[in-house]
Amino acid sequence: MSATNQSQRESTAARNLAAVGDNASDRRADEAAVAYGVFAAIRWALVRDLRIAVRSRAELGVQVLFYAIVVSLFPLATSPERNLLQTLGPGVLWVAALLASLLSLPRLFASDFADGTLEQMAISPFPLSALVGGKILAHWLATGLPLALLAPLLGLQYALDGAALGIVAFSLLIGTPILSLVGAIGAALTLATRGGGSLLALLVLPLYVPVLIFGAGSADALRAGLSAAPNLSLLGAGLLVALVGAPLAAAAAVRIALD
Amino acid sequence: MNLYRFSAPAAFYPIAGAWAPWFALGAAILTVLGLYIGFVVAPTDFQQGQAYRIIFIHVPSAWMSMFIWLVMTFWSILALALNTRLSAMMAQALAPTGAWMTFIALWTGAFWGRPTWGTYWAWDARMTSELILLFLYFGLIALRNAIDDPRRADRACAVFTIVGAVNIPIIYFSVQWWNTLHQGASVSLTAAPSMAATMVAGMLVMALAAWLYTIAVVLVRVRTIILERERGAAWIDASLIARRV
Repeated sequence: MSATNQSQRESTAARNLAAVGDNASDRRADEAAVAYGVFAAIRWALVRDLRIAVRSRAELGVQVLFYAIVVSLFPLATSPERNLLQTLGPGVLWVAALLASLLSLPRLFASDFADGTLEQMAISPFPLSALVGGKILAHWLATGLPLALLAPLLGLQYALDGAALGIVAFSLLIGTPILSLVGAIGAALTLATRGGGSLLALLVLPLYVPVLIFGAGSADALRAGLSAAPNLSLLGAGLLVALVGAPLAAAAAVRIALD
Repeated sequence: MNLYRFSAPAAFYPIAGAWAPWFALGAAILTVLGLYIGFVVAPTDFQQGQAYRIIFIHVPSAWMSMFIWLVMTFWSILALALNTRLSAMMAQALAPTGAWMTFIALWTGAFWGRPTWGTYWAWDARMTSELILLFLYFGLIALRNAIDDPRRADRACAVFTIVGAVNIPIIYFSVQWWNTLHQGASVSLTAAPSMAATMVAGMLVMALAAWLYTIAVVLVRVRTIILERERGAAWIDASLIARRV
């Protein structure tokens, strides 16, 4: 391991420690933590991961730029013809969101796993699934939400009208949390494996298929003159199922990785 | 006699060795019988001609491709809940056969589609979800190969298998939904209205053959896995020496 890598890891660890206990709100969180409850755990992990996200915002910026670039490539590869772009638009915005989510997934556990924070979480009296849930929520706020907010702007490149832009943004708003939730399982499973990145894609992308279909399908339905409501309802149902199941599965996968 | 005894690899190893040839024999006999019914006895379809006869391989393999994931889920739950080594080994042994069955179903489906639909590939709901199932099998096998410690690989694969089992019906449903929304290519597979009894018989015999084949192959493969994993165990030396003498 190179010296730079070493020092980088140390600085990450220091940053994480600093994020854990450097001001009054943390001390309040610590006092609340005595209850060892689910919500205290979620809040603690959420606040901590958001703080780390804010302090490493350059990485988040890169991820958003990746999204914008991928979306901008498709017209160059196909044609700038308005009708075609309007057909492609929602699908491109969604596929790019899938890829951007995939790129950001390793951030979720990898550095915590490398510096031992994850192990401390696992042996803490808090329920691990709640801590993982908080981390997932922070991950979505830092990586999924910006995509949903940016989508209407990028959709203008595809000559989408107001209604279509709204539906795409709304479907991304419901859909990207599912990507973070389901992706967390894959991210935890691929901790400490060889060939992490491409393996993660192989595991997670097939599981993303329903989200992609219902998400991109909602704008398609609108174009076809149908209601987008069934698609959005199914997406919402998927979100509820993922909310219940995914943190448990991801926590189980984290424990396996820590063995 | 306590059946749980056979959850120990040492107890299961000889049993698997004794049973595998019988299942293989049964599979061979049923395959010959099923192919005879399918290719000789069954009448030519008046719409599809001879091309339909590929269903005698296609349908059983498509059934097995989905059923094997279910069986893997069963073993995975056992492996996670009871922490039994053999359950995880069974799940591991099933995965390659599942991937093969999925591949055969897709491949034969393409060759059936060419003369019947005029295209090798259409974005039909079943074909699409079968393709995604193939990716899931590949993902599972890749995950297994990416983890060095076999016990950790067992449990990681078990979690992924269970997550996949929850997702497969959702994937199937979503693809179907997508397909109806798009009114896809002009092809649709509405099952042949009334199949001749011999066609059904041929298909069922072939499906049974696919079961027996799968069991035989999995028993042989699980024996290899047991040998590989338990190579340090004393009973392996003892049984191998006993066989040699």
